[in-house]
Amino acid sequence: MSAPRLEGRPPQAGPHTHAPRPRLGDMALVNIALLPAALWAVYLFGWPALNLLLVTLATALLAEAASLWLAGKPVRPHLSDGSALLTGLILALSLPPWAPWWIGVVGGLFAVVVGKQIFGGLGQNIFNPAMLGRTALLVSFPLEMTAWVTPRPLFTEHAPSFVEGLRITFVGLPDLDAVTSATLLDTAKTAVDQGGTIHGATGELFAGIHAFTGLTGGSMGETSALLLALGGLFLIWRGVIGWQVPAAVLGAVALLATVFHLIDPDRYLHAGHHLLSGALVLCAFFIATDPVTSPATRLGRILFGVGVGVLVWVIRTFGGYPDGNAFAILLMNALVPLIDHYVRPRIYGRDRRGAPLDTGKEGGR
Amino acid sequence: MNYRRIASDGFWNNNVVFSQMLALCPLLAVTGTATNGLGMGIATLVVMVVSLLVVSLIRDLITPEVRIPVFILLIAATVTLVDMAMNAYTHELYQVLGLFIPLIVTNCAILGRAEAFASRQPVAKALFDGLMMGIGFTFVLVVLGAVREISGSGTLFADASLLLGDAFGFLEVTLIPDYRGFLLMILPPGAFIALGFILAAKRLIDDGIERRRERRAAAVQEGAA
Repeated sequence: MSAPRLEGRPPQAGPHTHAPRPRLGDMALVNIALLPAALWAVYLFGWPALNLLLVTLATALLAEAASLWLAGKPVRPHLSDGSALLTGLILALSLPPWAPWWIGVVGGLFAVVVGKQIFGGLGQNIFNPAMLGRTALLVSFPLEMTAWVTPRPLFTEHAPSFVEGLRITFVGLPDLDAVTSATLLDTAKTAVDQGGTIHGATGELFAGIHAFTGLTGGSMGETSALLLALGGLFLIWRGVIGWQVPAAVLGAVALLATVFHLIDPDRYLHAGHHLLSGALVLCAFFIATDPVTSPATRLGRILFGVGVGVLVWVIRTFGGYPDGNAFAILLMNALVPLIDHYVRPRIYGRDRRGAPLDTGKEGGR
Repeated sequence: MNYRRIASDGFWNNNVVFSQMLALCPLLAVTGTATNGLGMGIATLVVMVVSLLVVSLIRDLITPEVRIPVFILLIAATVTLVDMAMNAYTHELYQVLGLFIPLIVTNCAILGRAEAFASRQPVAKALFDGLMMGIGFTFVLVVLGAVREISGSGTLFADASLLLGDAFGFLEVTLIPDYRGFLLMILPPGAFIALGFILAAKRLIDDGIERRRERRAAAVQEGAA
């Protein structure tokens, strides 16, 4: 007997009918939302930043394609979902803009191959690939990963020319110290470590507005909190990400920073300094919201976000590294299965405890 | 159980690490360089051979109820001997490996072989099994150490003369001059990552062998038909 066949058009209503996917998937929208910040970073840091960005993106895409081919999966559909591109983009934005080319290659390879494809590809990874790549780089090459150049916008006097840009990325900087400067968090930490207060250190050098627009030294993408925040709000408006995670991350950091700043303003940075650092904004809107590595429920996501925020603040304030976004994300990624175990969505038609809802007409009673 | 089978099992098919996934903690802890891996491997090999030999010798004397404590005592005694010998003859390496030599006592691979093989096999076979299992383990340690050392610091068999004497100084090679070092591979996470890739490579090789065997069998069948 053969199975019954559907004649004519398939039924249009039913539990399995789904809307066709929009032309632009969520991943593509996230990429687009990150684009202004990326372009601004390229403008601020010139040709070397563009070189590094392109190297990182190319590595991420090639590594993805090679892993898919090795695993015997169709390359084109998986590659065009935009996830490898996004991983590369976030990774590049978290790198120092004048880092040598091999930083981008090693980071991209590590992020995509070890961070994602080893686990079975998109949707299977436990840890955020880009943050895994960044952490591997930071642990292995602390010198290159903390060389923050001061911004030299394209087409201005001090900006490196195209040829110089190629040399910076592919040969290396002759004298790193001449062009680098400390970031806000670095300066504050050093000042406190040396027994001083953070006022003198952060006062005029880092007016908050500079961090907001991006005119400070830092990672490629952490310099402009404004463009990152706008991109994030765009994603919330389009419904790609929920508001819960960004709000929880930023809220937790703001609360902790404010409380401690009130207790001892000489030791602890003002909440504004924390919130205006683009790294936190990037982390809150684009990294912590990764659907694969964050919890499934709204409450779970709030818990996750609060955890990330608390860890970021703790690592920034007490840790040995200047910034803690990547570590905070990875640590909370590891807790996601636990959060999902305890915070479960209500089953449809049942209450939170799993008992059937009393509809009033059950069994004719 | 013929000797051929024992040999192939110990070295490859039932390798302590590749197949049994035992003894992972010394494996991951000391394989920062190929030399450390080799030293640890040889120490484990000696302990393995001696304790399996003794276990097999007294296998009819011990009652099943007390066998585990007896095995552990025998292994511990052997380890103490190896520990003292290494301290005397390869002192520098001993300081590098440090705590991990005494910890060979708790190496589950040795107790595992004592329980699963030596306690129910004649002396010669137990001895041979210990030898092959030990060689298989040493092989993995050296491979993992080499992978981590090359990728992490660009050298191979650094400080080999500490272990093997000055005659083996030629083993020390710097493969990548002026290498910046990839610290992650030297740190513990690098051991996990490298071991994962090596296990994948082993599976690939096994797959290849299996496929070739099938093809040959098919060819033989065709020839017969």
